[in-house]
Amino acid sequence: MRTWQFFLVSLVIALAGFMGARLLQNDYLFFAGYVVLQFIVLATAWNILGGYCGYVNFGSAAFFAMGAYTTVVMTKLPAFANRHFPEEIAALVGIPPIPVLILLGGVIAGLVGLGTGYLTLRLRGVFFAIATLALAVVLQTLIVNWDFVGGSRGAYVIRPATAPLFGINYIEYLFLVMLVLVVVALTTARAIERSRLGYGFATIRDDELAAEASGVPTLKLKLVATTLSGAFMGMAGAPFPYYIGFLEPSSAFGLAYAVNAIAMPMIGGTTSWVGPLLGAVLLGTLQQLATVTISSAVSLLLVGLLLVFFVIIAPNGLLGLWHDYFGRKHKTEDESKTAAVKTS
Amino acid sequence: MTAPLLKIDNVGKRFGGFVALDGINLEVARGERLGLIGPNGSGKSTLVNCMSGTLHNETGTVTFDGHPMNGLLAHQRTHLGLARSFQLPRPFHSLSVAENIRVPLLYTVRQRRDVPHTREELEHRCHEVLGLVGLEHKARKQPKDLTQVEMRKLELARAMAAEPKLLIADEAMAGLSESEVKDIVALLIALNERGITIILIEHIMTAVMSFSQRLAVLVSGRKIADGDPQDVIRDPEVERAYLGQ
Repeated sequence: MRTWQFFLVSLVIALAGFMGARLLQNDYLFFAGYVVLQFIVLATAWNILGGYCGYVNFGSAAFFAMGAYTTVVMTKLPAFANRHFPEEIAALVGIPPIPVLILLGGVIAGLVGLGTGYLTLRLRGVFFAIATLALAVVLQTLIVNWDFVGGSRGAYVIRPATAPLFGINYIEYLFLVMLVLVVVALTTARAIERSRLGYGFATIRDDELAAEASGVPTLKLKLVATTLSGAFMGMAGAPFPYYIGFLEPSSAFGLAYAVNAIAMPMIGGTTSWVGPLLGAVLLGTLQQLATVTISSAVSLLLVGLLLVFFVIIAPNGLLGLWHDYFGRKHKTEDESKTAAVKTS
Repeated sequence: MTAPLLKIDNVGKRFGGFVALDGINLEVARGERLGLIGPNGSGKSTLVNCMSGTLHNETGTVTFDGHPMNGLLAHQRTHLGLARSFQLPRPFHSLSVAENIRVPLLYTVRQRRDVPHTREELEHRCHEVLGLVGLEHKARKQPKDLTQVEMRKLELARAMAAEPKLLIADEAMAGLSESEVKDIVALLIALNERGITIILIEHIMTAVMSFSQRLAVLVSGRKIADGDPQDVIRDPEVERAYLGQ
């Protein structure tokens, strides 16, 4: 299937799912579903750098928060303009619609990703992971000390009373926007996998020296990966203030984002776009179930247990299990064929 | 006489206090088959790394095909036509054998042409390159399913896929049996006959002697001999380096 065909097909499936969910007339479904969708984007974004290039990012929450705080800044701008600029200019400043906020969040987080890439170009393995962790701490400290966005007190973001698309309420609108973002993220990940870029990323994951010797500009490709990955994480975070209504640094930089962004692709499988999707749907749904039935604290415990389980039992995730099972079946078929040839 | 394809001029490299290369001068003519030998730790691999851009030399210059190489990254040198194989095979483990060959096609050969390869072109070329080293029946296998000698052939094939002007084969035969060594030497000579200049770094003397048109000897980071292989191995200084006094 070509990329645009894939995009259209998954868009149709997504919209059909949305319409189906509306029939149930249960807002909670959208409320919980939004979180799962958000994690699909986050996991897919992590996988572009972590799965395809083999660079483990522990700072996903920072990129997510960059997107969320870009939105906070944009919602605070009109009031700021009213106070400090003449009326004619202030009248021009408004809060952009959510799709624009997503793009802005993506640009800002993408730039942070590019910067991170530049600063950590020569770091590999565990050193890169530590650097991303440090980045998250630095950015969180900056936000905590930035009064304009509420500092450590946090900031309220008032959700508009009506959604811009007629006939649906605001949570359904947020869900729909995130659904489209999921389709875009998955299409991008899939397109990368099958392209020249995907081969380049794979060689970086396997052996950077050999990649260079084959003519792959590894530094440039790593920057592409950190930028793309950061941008999608930021996009996942941009609508978050509207969803939650009140954003504080400790929730935007929450441990759950960093852990989930790693755990979901690992559990699903990191070699293909399907892995993060599977992992996010599985883990995200389980966590939502645990949150309403047991307690929200259990949800992170669940992630930990599942991650330990998968690292031991199926280090290549669900996709790895699938390939092992069907690969073995193929092999035994092959062997029985050759055996048959020999006996004849 | 035309300018040499590769000119190494007074190249030096140290690792801390250890002088790995001490003012090496070496020229390689177009179409030549040069053997490069020396005891362990004499700086052969360091010289290869300085030529291919994995390491950067501190003094001197490397000029390849008229281009000064100083400051160029490894992939830029590969784009210019300088390819190497690694001493220990370093295949891309998550890619199939054919896909391993596809990488230099997508990144190096693509760099030199205006239009991207079509899918058929890529497949045809992968098949052709694998055919050169006799691996076409393993195209769909993973590198981990290959034997040692196949792995080394893949290493050479990947370097060849970049369509280089100069191929540096860094100990492509270590640990192989006699017949396998003969295979690889024949393969390298066949490649040379297609117009590719080859530098062979090797310990196995029968291979070096049957391959080389010219032989250079490195000892402790210095070049002590350079010339006709038969003369070089009778050189008393070379004998002393290998056998001791």
